[in-house]
Amino acid sequence: MEDNKVVLLDWWASPFAMRVKVALAEKGIKYESKEQNLFNKSQELIEANPVHKKIPVLIHDGKSICESLVILQYIDEVWHDKSPLLPSDPYQRSQARFWADYVEKNLYITGRRVWTGKGEDQEVAKKELIELLKTMEGELGDKHFFGGDTIGFLDVVLVPFTSWFYTYETWGNFSIEAECPKLIEWAKRCLEKESVANSLPHPHKIYEYSFELKKKLGIE
Amino acid sequence: MAEEVKLLKSWSSPFGLRIVWALKLKGIQYDSIDEDLSNKSPLLVQCNPVYKKIPVLIHNGKSISESLVIFEYIEDTWNHNPLLPQDPYHKATARFWVKFGDDKVLPSIWSAFIKQGKEQEDAIDEAIENLKLLEEQLKGKKFFGGEKIGLADLALGWLANLVPVFEEIIGMKIIDEERFPSLLAWMHEFSQVAIIKESWPPHDKLIIKFQALRDRHLAK
Repeated sequence: MEDNKVVLLDWWASPFAMRVKVALAEKGIKYESKEQNLFNKSQELIEANPVHKKIPVLIHDGKSICESLVILQYIDEVWHDKSPLLPSDPYQRSQARFWADYVEKNLYITGRRVWTGKGEDQEVAKKELIELLKTMEGELGDKHFFGGDTIGFLDVVLVPFTSWFYTYETWGNFSIEAECPKLIEWAKRCLEKESVANSLPHPHKIYEYSFELKKKLGIE
Repeated sequence: MAEEVKLLKSWSSPFGLRIVWALKLKGIQYDSIDEDLSNKSPLLVQCNPVYKKIPVLIHNGKSISESLVIFEYIEDTWNHNPLLPQDPYHKATARFWVKFGDDKVLPSIWSAFIKQGKEQEDAIDEAIENLKLLEEQLKGKKFFGGEKIGLADLALGWLANLVPVFEEIIGMKIIDEERFPSLLAWMHEFSQVAIIKESWPPHDKLIIKFQALRDRHLAK
């Protein structure tokens, strides 16, 4: 139906865009994905996100929503009757938001330092990444998912980064599974869900692409 | 049920101040404890083990950290006098600008404050670009939230409180009448609201504190 049109300005390897795809799939929302060229940004992207000119952007009934965590909450509020991402209890919600913010502050930047870094910088970044992931492991505890019995907000926020783990590990020459086995088990549980499996690219695809990405970013 | 609401903050931190404003706007009774951040209390460390930072809201024994997470918790728990619009799209827009304020405006203005020479000039240029976007958002509106103060006003309120302090110390105007008439009008309007005004940290004390901070940064 035209007036319920949902469009996602997307980029296949972006963990931020993957979050939105998982959320939309969890809620069974039909949408059109428009793959963007981040090195030659389209007029559509610039108009939809004039402030940051970044993906993901969700365009719903012609209105743009930017910033992945803002988009996730928007999706949860509009399509509130199916597969809620945030729990209903205010304190539980605050904990999910706190840890999503923790992931947001640290994981992308640290991961990037691991796969693009060298020497001492890379070693420091590796230690920090493991510390971060161990903290998340601690937060998961004995739960099946961060959301409890089903995937929730924090699962959706974190799981896309697992598609980049192989890239971090290979460039960094270390094993995340050896340090954080419970987190890897969690990632495998998530991947059993269609919404996650269909939204995350194969980790090897990302690794193959990382060579080209380094060239494009001007990194040796 | 007897509600127990405690706020761990500091006398000068804009992050604690924004929570004071939110609690007061909702008429929530609370006790506040001003932390000495050079000598953190066991309570602070216990309630915010991840960052050991203020503000921390303790509600009936449960702690919530990170000011933007606390905002949402307050909004979820005390539904009256909503700080966010009902409509999901307008809510998303408010959240976007809250994030923009913290992710972009604040670091750029802080940079402009603690640097000197060419570095300061560049930081000021960046701050101005960010402020121009806020100016555009405000056009024709009394507050970012419209007729009433909303979350974006509380999140950006530090501009009204601290930018005059910074400008006085560095001897330069960043938010000038020519470029930012709406922003200046908003800063004035916001500062005059009784609840906001009565919580303002004393100007002279702020000058001393931030002058010392700038001196320390320049000495590095």
